[in-house]
Amino acid sequence: MNYLMRRLATFPLVLLGVSILVFVAIRMVPGDSITAMLGTEAGLLTPAQRDSLAAYFGIDQPWFIQYWRWIGGILHGNLGISVTYGRPVLDVILERFPLTLELAVLSMIIALVVGMPAGIFAATHNEKLSDLGVRIVAMIGQSTPSFVLGLLIIYTLSAGFGVLPAMGEFAPLWQDPLRNLSQMILPAITLGFAFAASVTRISRSAMLDVLSDDYVRTARSKGASARSVIWRHALPNALIPVVTLSGIEFGYLLGGAVIVEQIYALPGLGRMVLDAIQQRDYALVQGSVLFIAFNFMIVNLLVDLAYVALDPRIRLGES
Amino acid sequence: MIGHLTRTLLSGITLAAMLGVATVSTQAATLHMAWSQDATGLDPHKQTAFSSLRLLELIYEPLVRVDASLQIIPAVATSWEFSKDGKALTFKLDPKAKFQDGTAVTSADVKASFERILDEKTGAAARANFLSIASIDTPDPATVVFHLSQPDAPILTAMSDVNAAIVPASEIKAGSIGTKAVGSGPFKLDKWDPNAKEVLSANKDWAGGATGVDGIEISVLPDEAAILAAMRTKQIDFALLNDPLVATLVPKEASLQLNRVPVLAYHVLQLNPSRKPMTELKVRQAISCAIDRQEVLDTASLGEGKVTGPLTIPALATDPSQLFCYKRDLDKAKKLMAEAGFADGFSATVIGATGEPPTAAAEAQVIQSQLAEIGVKLDIKMMELNVYVDAWLKGDFDMAIALNGGRADPYTMYNRYWTKAGNLQKVANYIDDTLDSQMQQGRAETDPAKRKVIFAEFEKHLAEMSPWIWLYTSYSYTAQQKNIAGFVPTPTGTLFSLSKVTIQQ
Repeated sequence: MNYLMRRLATFPLVLLGVSILVFVAIRMVPGDSITAMLGTEAGLLTPAQRDSLAAYFGIDQPWFIQYWRWIGGILHGNLGISVTYGRPVLDVILERFPLTLELAVLSMIIALVVGMPAGIFAATHNEKLSDLGVRIVAMIGQSTPSFVLGLLIIYTLSAGFGVLPAMGEFAPLWQDPLRNLSQMILPAITLGFAFAASVTRISRSAMLDVLSDDYVRTARSKGASARSVIWRHALPNALIPVVTLSGIEFGYLLGGAVIVEQIYALPGLGRMVLDAIQQRDYALVQGSVLFIAFNFMIVNLLVDLAYVALDPRIRLGES
Repeated sequence: MIGHLTRTLLSGITLAAMLGVATVSTQAATLHMAWSQDATGLDPHKQTAFSSLRLLELIYEPLVRVDASLQIIPAVATSWEFSKDGKALTFKLDPKAKFQDGTAVTSADVKASFERILDEKTGAAARANFLSIASIDTPDPATVVFHLSQPDAPILTAMSDVNAAIVPASEIKAGSIGTKAVGSGPFKLDKWDPNAKEVLSANKDWAGGATGVDGIEISVLPDEAAILAAMRTKQIDFALLNDPLVATLVPKEASLQLNRVPVLAYHVLQLNPSRKPMTELKVRQAISCAIDRQEVLDTASLGEGKVTGPLTIPALATDPSQLFCYKRDLDKAKKLMAEAGFADGFSATVIGATGEPPTAAAEAQVIQSQLAEIGVKLDIKMMELNVYVDAWLKGDFDMAIALNGGRADPYTMYNRYWTKAGNLQKVANYIDDTLDSQMQQGRAETDPAKRKVIFAEFEKHLAEMSPWIWLYTSYSYTAQQKNIAGFVPTPTGTLFSLSKVTIQQ
């Protein structure tokens, strides 16, 4: 419990650091909201016109005043207003987040359901032909970029079979679950494929390590069945690296899967952040990066707590 | 009893079938459209992004429009006339024109709209085109007179742009332009979810008559290969495409049709004549002679386009083969380099924007290999669009690959670069008395034949001075299902004719 409190207490500090980093980084990039809106036509503006637009976008003040206002707003639960959407940043983020969360959960399910059995199978058939087969597929999965796989799936389905889940008009899960799943399954497979490949490889090597441990040999010599040795004795110990990997990967996915969201035209967090950066929607970029950082910290914390559950020998917070 | 039940059931099924048919035809009357880049805002006076203009042209109307052959045609105004001295321009407004809130479009709205554009606080980029307006008179609700400080023939073309749209005076007063879209155009904006979709419905009160479809739903599908896939499966009826690599795949699909039309925008290699050694005329000319424009077009853009000189307006453009060094001449290029004292060449950096246009990187690579043959070592620096725009506006580059927008009038198109007072002189970094006086003559001249001669001279001189190396104009692409009828592609890229398209069953 103490550990949990201590970890939670570090959150505001980390977020403060992230807020400074993102605030400075987005402003160090050349170009501003005015050039983002007008492009090269911005060169036709008179100085007075420029000043007036800068005031409109809230970039007319020195940066420290802008930062101070922004942090002040956050403390009151206000992340600012997005100039692109004309709405509070938090509203825009919360509207996009469920899709990103769903995509992350679906691809993790695919990764674990496919990857773990495949890894365990390969480990128990070490150096046999079937092991080689699994390893080759995993290698392909890890080295295929998601845009290649995504476009390949879309092309094959549309050109070969003339079918494709509806694009452009996205149905939220709670409004139309069937339509939603039909739209989400291909992106989830695209993301889950590479994710599953990583899970396969790590669970195979973790399993191989554990299977050569003394306690496994002891269990076998005491007459435990192969099934019980693998599932009851070896697996719980082989899970820790899998949990670590899945946790980190899941944390990344919560930040949005930019490329897959682009290809399948999904209105998720990743695409929103990318568009916001391109349109120099400062408030939206800052707000969403903070949101993503917060999620990442929560996931990390959960992973650490999961270690304790999996291996009672681990004591968190003890040096 | 059973018979009765059966009859009820049957009639129910028949009714459902009829309803089904009705639903199908209603759905079919909505045009499903897709593009890869969404509009960035709703204020017609401030938006300059391609998609924003295309969206706003369906909602707002300017005083006049240009047709597919770039001739001025009526929009909110039914007629117009320059005074004899060219210093007054009078418009008669269409009495049927109404805003989407039901109020009539009057001369007061026109006056308020132009005053808003001219007000520096608005930040309207098109303001630069209307600086000759000295005052605006509204003798009656249907008449507007613009008094000009000097004769300004191109101002009429500038008024055909949606950046000069007529907006309701009441909305200006309420400060709601940009948050609410109330125009007098063929469609009303019902919903806009930025970077995801737009929903438009027909404006029943439109003075231009009934629209061919009940509405348009625009989806933002960021990947153009995915747009093509969605068209194959008939989810999308009509799409805007940027990438020639994707566009050339469209004709391979039996049910799809590709519309392509040469546009006014031009691909160009901008040299920076304020930086050594591009300060030397002979070096610039050598670069012009060393570049094989057709090869750049063929390699970077699959030959999808046409080699062009500075003028891209069909009625005014000179045959490019008549312009300076439009046929590659390496010997001449090497000789010019030697005369300028650069027989061994030099090194320079060329900047380009990633994906804008999609061919930018390929163009830079072809030019890099061509210039290597005269000893010019080019370093290619690709940048995110905004970073590029920032460097471009500051004139902070040796050379830049650019796709610059065109206008239906050469003065409006080039006064920003090639006049002494041009707002983008610091980007062009080159001006001489000849160019400046040719532009001023072209501005004041109203006789089309005389204008043609003036601008032909201007084009010839510009190609010879080679501050920039004009390469080619490409096509604007739209793809559609073959059952969509009535779309007219135009060199300005406008989608205005979507107001009259119909969906054949």
